[in-house]
Amino acid sequence: MAKIQVIAIAVSLLFLLYIVRLIIKGKLREEYSIVWIVCTIVFIVFSFWRNGLEILARTVGVYQAPNLVFTGALFAVFIYLLHLSIVVSKLHQQNKQLAQEIAVLKNEFTKKSINQQAINQ
Amino acid sequence: MKRIAAIVPAYNEETAISAVVNDINSLAISNQLLIDVIVVNDCSKDSTAEIISKLNCIALNLPINLGIGGAVQTGFRYAFENGYDYAVQIDGDGQHPASEIPKIVNLAVTGGFDVVIGSRFISNQGFQSSAMRRIGINYFKWLNRMLVGTVINDSTSGFRLINRKVLESVVEYYPDEYPEPEAIIIYSLNNFKIGEVSVTMKERQGGVSSIGTFASIYYMFKVTLAIIFTFTKIKFKK
Repeated sequence: MAKIQVIAIAVSLLFLLYIVRLIIKGKLREEYSIVWIVCTIVFIVFSFWRNGLEILARTVGVYQAPNLVFTGALFAVFIYLLHLSIVVSKLHQQNKQLAQEIAVLKNEFTKKSINQQAINQ
Repeated sequence: MKRIAAIVPAYNEETAISAVVNDINSLAISNQLLIDVIVVNDCSKDSTAEIISKLNCIALNLPINLGIGGAVQTGFRYAFENGYDYAVQIDGDGQHPASEIPKIVNLAVTGGFDVVIGSRFISNQGFQSSAMRRIGINYFKWLNRMLVGTVINDSTSGFRLINRKVLESVVEYYPDEYPEPEAIIIYSLNNFKIGEVSVTMKERQGGVSSIGTFASIYYMFKVTLAIIFTFTKIKFKK
């Protein structure tokens, strides 16, 4: 096994371990971890099976295997970023609605407690 | 008698807010209008919250800063849930004189309008805003005419009244930032009847504009995009 293979596998495994740790600690939700776990597994597979990349590139008609990696990775990153933008927009909307409800409820609460004070006196 | 909610969005308006609220309240008494002032404090960093708690108004304190659109929408939500017939938006910085409220209300009642906009550019009296701002206003006027065919002279004016029918729709969706021009498109596409009445505005009495110099380019771009997207969204729904 070549030196670079060992390094790549080690780094991938460390990364996978970190993802798992984040999930256990509750810092990363499972649905957002799937993409990272899949990426790491793909990485590990091609670290073991070095010819695989070459074969895959040939089948889709890419002459230089690294180009396939760059194109694929960049595309995946763009899609994932778009996904995150959608998630943020949804959170923004929900956050706004919550804040508005809180403001109205706070007002209601203060009114009620003032009335209560008036009754008590 | 019609119940009117005067919605005053306020962000760091400690210098002007009490005068604004008191003016509206005294106008309501002298004109025998049923107006409740609703101040929406958009998480101000100054003493706005403390000041409005002592004023004769309904104080809605937002826990986070939502921007002008989100703040006004909070007031709309309250007005809708509490059964008001009309909601009139009045800026917290004192630009919109309370004395012009009856004019706006009258046009809505007598003319049967769903939306009434207080415009600076019908009789061209009072504070006319800066040259840059006016270019923007003319641009939005043109954009409105192109898309929905309605001519609104002062599409960035925040001094406007809506009735209960419109309240129901804006509780559902109202733009966040720089909402005024986009809201007009939404109103037009929903076939709400829009009227405009000439009002005199003053220069802001305190606080800073929500739109800075650099932000104005972003403003034009963002609002244009928002208008086009809203236009396609509502058009395709039908």
